[in-house]
Order: sequence, then C-alpha cells, then structure tokens
Amino acid sequence: MIKAENISKSFGLVKALHSVSLTVKENELFGLIGPDGAGKSTLFRILATLLIPDQGKASVIGYDTIKNYRQIRMLLGYMPGRFSLYPDLTVEENLAFYASVFGTSVRQHYQLIEPVYKQLEPFRNRRAAQLSGGMKQKLALSCALIHRPKILLLDEPTTGVDAVSRKEFWELLSGIRQAGITILVSTPYMDEANLCDRIALFQDGQILSIDTPANIVADYELHLCAVKAPDKYLLLKTLRSWPNTYSAYPFGDAVHLSTTYKINNNELKQYLTHHALPGSQIMSINAGIEDRFLELLHQKTLTHA
Amino acid sequence: MPEPIIIIKELTRKFGDFTAVNHISFEVEAGEIFGFLGANGAGKTTAIRMLCGLLKPSSGSGMVAGADILKNPNLVKSRIGYMSQRFSLYEDLSVMENIRLYGGIYGLKKALVKKRAAQLIEKTGLNGLEKRLVGDLPLGWRQKLALSTALIHRPQVVFLDEPTGGVDPITRKQFWEMIYETAAGGTTVFVTTHYMDEAEYCDRVCIMTEGMIRALDKPDILKKKYDAGNMDEVFLKLAR
Amino acid sequence: MKSANRFFSFVKKELLHILRDKRTLLILFGIPIAQVVLFGFAITNDLNNAPISILDRAHDQGSREITERLLSSGYFTLLDNLDHPPDIEAAFRKGKAKLIIEYGPDFYQQLMKGRGLNLFLAADASDPNMANLLVNYASAIINKYILEKLPAMANQRRIQPEVKMYFNPSMKSVFMFVPGVMSVILMLVSAMMTSISIAREKEQGTMEVLMVSPVKPVQIILAKVFPYLLLSLVNAASIVALAYFVFGMPVQGSLFLLGLEVMLFILTSLGLGILISTLVSTQQTAMMISLIALMLPTIILSGFIFPIENMPRLLQILTYIIPARWFLVIIKDIMLKGVGIAFFWKETLILAAMCLLLLGISIKKLKVRLE
Repeated sequence: MIKAENISKSFGLVKALHSVSLTVKENELFGLIGPDGAGKSTLFRILATLLIPDQGKASVIGYDTIKNYRQIRMLLGYMPGRFSLYPDLTVEENLAFYASVFGTSVRQHYQLIEPVYKQLEPFRNRRAAQLSGGMKQKLALSCALIHRPKILLLDEPTTGVDAVSRKEFWELLSGIRQAGITILVSTPYMDEANLCDRIALFQDGQILSIDTPANIVADYELHLCAVKAPDKYLLLKTLRSWPNTYSAYPFGDAVHLSTTYKINNNELKQYLTHHALPGSQIMSINAGIEDRFLELLHQKTLTHA
Repeated sequence: MPEPIIIIKELTRKFGDFTAVNHISFEVEAGEIFGFLGANGAGKTTAIRMLCGLLKPSSGSGMVAGADILKNPNLVKSRIGYMSQRFSLYEDLSVMENIRLYGGIYGLKKALVKKRAAQLIEKTGLNGLEKRLVGDLPLGWRQKLALSTALIHRPQVVFLDEPTGGVDPITRKQFWEMIYETAAGGTTVFVTTHYMDEAEYCDRVCIMTEGMIRALDKPDILKKKYDAGNMDEVFLKLAR
Repeated sequence: MKSANRFFSFVKKELLHILRDKRTLLILFGIPIAQVVLFGFAITNDLNNAPISILDRAHDQGSREITERLLSSGYFTLLDNLDHPPDIEAAFRKGKAKLIIEYGPDFYQQLMKGRGLNLFLAADASDPNMANLLVNYASAIINKYILEKLPAMANQRRIQPEVKMYFNPSMKSVFMFVPGVMSVILMLVSAMMTSISIAREKEQGTMEVLMVSPVKPVQIILAKVFPYLLLSLVNAASIVALAYFVFGMPVQGSLFLLGLEVMLFILTSLGLGILISTLVSTQQTAMMISLIALMLPTIILSGFIFPIENMPRLLQILTYIIPARWFLVIIKDIMLKGVGIAFFWKETLILAAMCLLLLGISIKKLKVRLE
C-alpha cells in the first residue's frame, strides 16, 4: 500500500531523511518509532504528498506521490503532529466542516467513526480549545476518518496525551484496522511499538531496523540485567565505571545493564558492595524494544567514532 | 533525622466555588526526588504555585526551605529554583546570555556568575556553544541547560513543573539522569509530571486527583499495595 | 452541488471564526465607531478671541484700519506685533498664535492703485478646520474693507489675500477625510484580516489537512476570501451612510458606479492579502507585513494625509504603486464632484490592472504542497 524507495530530504544544511526505504502492506498497522526530530514528520509529509523528496520516490496505493498526488489525496486520511482542529469551533462544527471539505457528510460513514465519536458525543457543543488532550486527539482522529480513507497516516497522535487516553487510543486503532484500513503511525513511545504489526526504528533521518516487534527484540545481541539499589545515581555511575559494562541506562526504578557476555552476578555484587552499594538486586531480564533501540544507537555512535 | 525541607499542612486553594487544592498535607525530606503526579487539572499546578510563593493559599500552612510560604513568599523564591516546560529559557538569547540573565535575576555578583557559568558550561558539555542561540540547540541540550540555570543560585529545592512534557523518551531518560545527579548533589527535587512511567524514577510519589492526595509512598510499595505491574496501572486503578 | 455545499460550509466556518474572535470583532466594528468620534472632533465651528500676531511692514492707513476692524470684530485678539518676516515661523512654533497677518510695504498705496493686495495671511493648520475658519473670517473682514474703499471692485473678480497654511498645507476637512478613511478600512479588513486568517490556519496546522484534502488551493482561498469581501462591502456602505447622514457629505455621482469602484478596490486589497499570506507562516508576521507594507503606505503615500504634489519626487513616484492613491481620486470624483467614468477611466484602468496582476500572482503562488 505504501512504498518508499531511498528517500532523502534536506532542509538547508539539515539532512532530515537519509535514504529511507520502507513498504507497508495492505491492512497493516505499521509503526514508525523514534525520538523527536528523527525525521518522522518529514517522511509523513512526503507520503501525504505535501513535500517532494530530494531523492528517491514514493508511492501510495500504487500512485506516485508527485505525479498522482490528486488521486492519493482522495484516498488518504492524515493527522498531522499538531491536532489540526479549529479551536474556536465546537466538536460538531469541526467534524461537519471536515466532512464537507472531503465532500461527504458526518452521517455517510458514521459507522466507522462511531467508536471514536461516541466518546466525544457528550461534549459535542464544546469548543475544541476546551477539550483535554485525549479528547482533541479523538476528535482529530474522527476528522481524519470522516471520508473513509484507504490509508490513515497518524503523525505522533499520542504525544503529550495522558496514559489512560493513550491506551484508549490504541484500542480504537485496532478497531479501525479491522474495518480494513491500513495505518501508518509514528510515536516516540517505545511501549507502543508492541501494539504494531511491524515497526521501523527511526533515528537521525535513518531507519535502524524494520521488522515485527518480536523479531526486533529477538535481534538483541547483548546480555541484559536489571540492577536495583536505593541510591540510583551512584548505582548508575558505578555500573558505568565497571570494566565489563557495555552500557547502563536508567529504566524507572532500575538500571538496565548490558554486557557483551554473560556476567557473574556475584562478581558484580562484590563490585557494587565495594563501591558503597551493598544489597543490590541483580536480575537477568529479556530485552524490550527500548533496549534494542538503545543498543542500535550505541552501535551507531561507536561506528561513527 | 534532619528537618524535612518541605512541610505542608492542610493546604487549600479555592477559586470562587471551585476548590483546586483541597486540604493537602505532606513532607519532603532533603535530597529526595519527590514526584507529584496527576492528570491534567488535578490541581498539580495550583499546588506547585503555592509552594513556590507565587499563589497565596486560601488556608493551611507551609514551610519550604525554612521559609514560610504565607508570611515570607519572597524568601521562599530566593531559596528555590524553578523550571517549567513552557517557559524557562529565552530562545532568542544565546546560552551565555541566558545564564547571565538568570544569575542576575537571583542577584548573584558578576564574578560569581562568571565562575558558575564556566562550571555550568563544563558540566553540561556545552563548551564552544556559549554564543549559540538557545533556539538552535537540540531539545535535549536545551533542557539540560534549563535545569542547570534553574540551579545557578544553588537552591535547596528545585521545582520542576512538567519538565519532560512533549519530550521524546530518549531525551527524557537523559533528563532523569540529570535529576539523579542533582539530587545526589544534595538538592531536593520536586517534580510534577503526568507521565506515569516517570513515577518509577522518583524516590517517593504523591498522586493527586480532584485536588486531593490519593496516594503517597515509594513506587514499589504503591505497586504492591494496588497489585499493579507498573505505575500506569496504579494510576488507572486510582483514577477509575 | 458538492462543491457549492463545500463552499457554503467554508463560508459558515469563516463567519463563526469572525463572530467568536473578540479581536476581529473589535477591528471590524470598533473602527467605524472610532471614526465617528474622530469626525466629531474634526468639526468645530465656534470662533472667538483667537490670538493673532501682526507683522506690519507698511505702517500706513490701510494696515491700521484693517487691524482695527479685525480686532474689534470679537473673533480675534492681538497677541503681539512681529518685526521681521522670519518671526512668523517662530511665532507658530511657540504655538500661541493661530493666525498671522503680514502687510507688505506700501500696502495701502498699492491697493488704491489697483495693483493687487499686498497682504499675506498665515495660519496654524495643525487644527485644519480651525485654520480654515480663521482664514475665512479674516478674509471676509478684509474683503469688506476693500469693497468699501474700492466699490468698483465689486463687479470684478474678488481679490483674494495670499494664504499660507502651516503644518498641514493640504487643508483636510471631513469631506476629504471620508475617502481616506474608507480606503484605510477596506485595506485593513480585506488585506490584513484575510492574510491573518490564512496564516492562522497555517499556525494551527489545519492548512496541512486542507491541503491533503481533495479541495484545490484556489477553492480554499476563494472560500476564505468571500466572507471578507462581504464584510468589506458592508463596511464601505456603512462609511458612506455615516458620511451622508451624520455629516451631510453628498454623494454627487452614481451610487452604482461607486459600488463597482469600491468592489474593484476591495478585490485589489484581497489580492494583496492573499499574496502576503503565501509569504508568511504566522499570524504575527502577517499582521506586521500588513501594517508596514499596506496600512502605512495607504495612510501616508495615498494623498490621504499628505498631498502628493508636495512630496519629494522620489516619494511621488512611489505613490504610483499605491492602489489607494488611485482609489482616492476616483472616490473624490464620484462623491464630491459627481462626475462620471469619463473623468477617471485612467485611474480605474490602473486599479483594474493592479487588481488582475495581484490576483494573478497570488493565485499562481498558491502551492499544492508545503514548500
């Protein structure tokens, strides 16, 4: 459904995209995972026919994004990074307006947006500016769905939205996919990656890895363990000074320690005790998407250096 | 046992009929990383404003860094640091100009500002970028700088109001490393956030809903108490 | 049907924006009200004991008699006597003297020999209506005196004293004011408001979604511009009505023709507004550019405040590209002179050419993509 080949794009001296290739299959929920400023939005805009790449080419539903942009625009639902709503219009007015823009009516495809819009119904006379982040996000999604697109492009729909709303949003997405719509979504949240069929890890305008979440995690080559101690900062510093350490990052209440070979827990415990960290807990754990992402980043900086 | 650095008793703030903060009481120990959590509109911002001496409480009392927030809000302001996501650095000023500005705001002598600025640049790794406009720096560095400038007058407590809002997870991780470092240096960190996963980084967390404190403890203990795998679940159970 | 529907929903949405934004409403309705107040202040009719200075270089019968008549009229009081012509400027700068009368050497002798009136009136025109009034009263007194001395002049062309207005040489009055205000308001509503409202959509990110929709950019812009065209027309009509009913300003010429010319000017302004909106991405810059590039030239270079013929040559050339310059000529011709298109077809043609050019460029500049 979506095909991008060797896409590069620069803004002045800044290289936003660096030879990016990816394909999204029909009815897939594809996630683009990476931090702010990684180039995700630029790729979305190229696919949404809003930007022309410097190099490479892209097609959406078989149409070229440059030559056949009109056809694509008929079939595309796009939700940009900022919730593109009219803050001074009410929920209902926003929806009705976007419906007429796409030459349809709210009623025509109501079935599709119903699960989303139902939650907004009680606030339908409220101005969009007065909605919470989660509500705005749902309204923007309704607006992007109103013409029953074949493909939905969602650029960071969950950024700045609270945990409860994020969860609800992903539930809605799986419902939309079941209605036969292909979804390309970008997010900086690693934990959301597991909810996608396939993901691309994105950093500095480059794709580090594309695969199913399970395969990406399976590619993790290091040995990983979670270390806990009351003084987390000292723990982090001490672990980084340990000669066997490959990398150490804080993960909530623990520090994730990666090593290139299996370590002897007692040896580490001794080292920590020696550095004023007695009674630390060490547990071998399986890597998550975020661990794999950090590993890839680490490799990249090493090869650069 | 040293005196707690923040002591809050029955603090309340009303706006007309609406009670934004409803009789909250808690204490924060020196050197702690204290997480203040809640959904948007739970009263976090009102509470933090009262603690910083920016907003007068309707009733109740509070001591922050040894100063009374009711009687001596200006003394409070001079003893604390403050940083928020929305406003902390001027993007059209250079790194050095921002540092000097904050040094000036807190009444530091020129020589001292110069000395601390040099230390700060060294520590944040911004060497050679002193003349760069803050707006041109990557977000991660900007936040590092923002936190460092909030600490330029060596406050006893630093209040961080949603410092990681809209920031990607990698940058957030780096930022939390800096918070650890700050706390390790003896400064108490009082941080608000609506990202529940960040709660795990804190020593203790306080969860607010509808102006009241619903839970206050170490993340581990809260998880056990609510039989939850992570703080997200704790929050969902409390909120529903 | 679909596209008509789309168009109306655009218009409806735009009207909702306007109605719900207090700032826009203030600009749209506050300005005409402010104009009423300004008109009111501009008109003052009472004149008594205005301080005048006299520069008498004749010291003869004529100068003495006229001065006496002026001072006994009750309209003027003598402030002081000046000695040299350069004192005139200085006296005005001090701000006390409102009118200065200069008698040339041998005033009476030359008058009686019929060699003309060697008399010079200078007025402080920083308050233009007051200056006009002073000059008229003084001239009436002087003319009456001359008629008494030389009854033969009554049948001939009346002698006019030589008059110079200081500070505001063009002598604006309310009738001159209306066309100027109209062009400024139309420029404000049409160009500034449209460019701001388009920039707002870019800022909100809604433009991005509209661009990705099947709607063509031209359709988006036309639908956006239409409500402002309507509002501008309403504004123009209310200004004309205000001028007519409250201040008695006549519309001598064809109202229909006036409407058409106003429409032409509005379209030109809209063209400018769209052009600005294609260049900027924030409301703030749209506002700044509109103010600096449109409003100021419309006020300063159109001949509204400062007469074009008194400008330095370079500025005069610059005025040629200001649409309001041509529009002012047309409006004055229709409203005050009551003449038909034959007298201002040239200006109309220039305006029409500008309009087509601007609309053409701005529509061509509309992009189907973000860059």
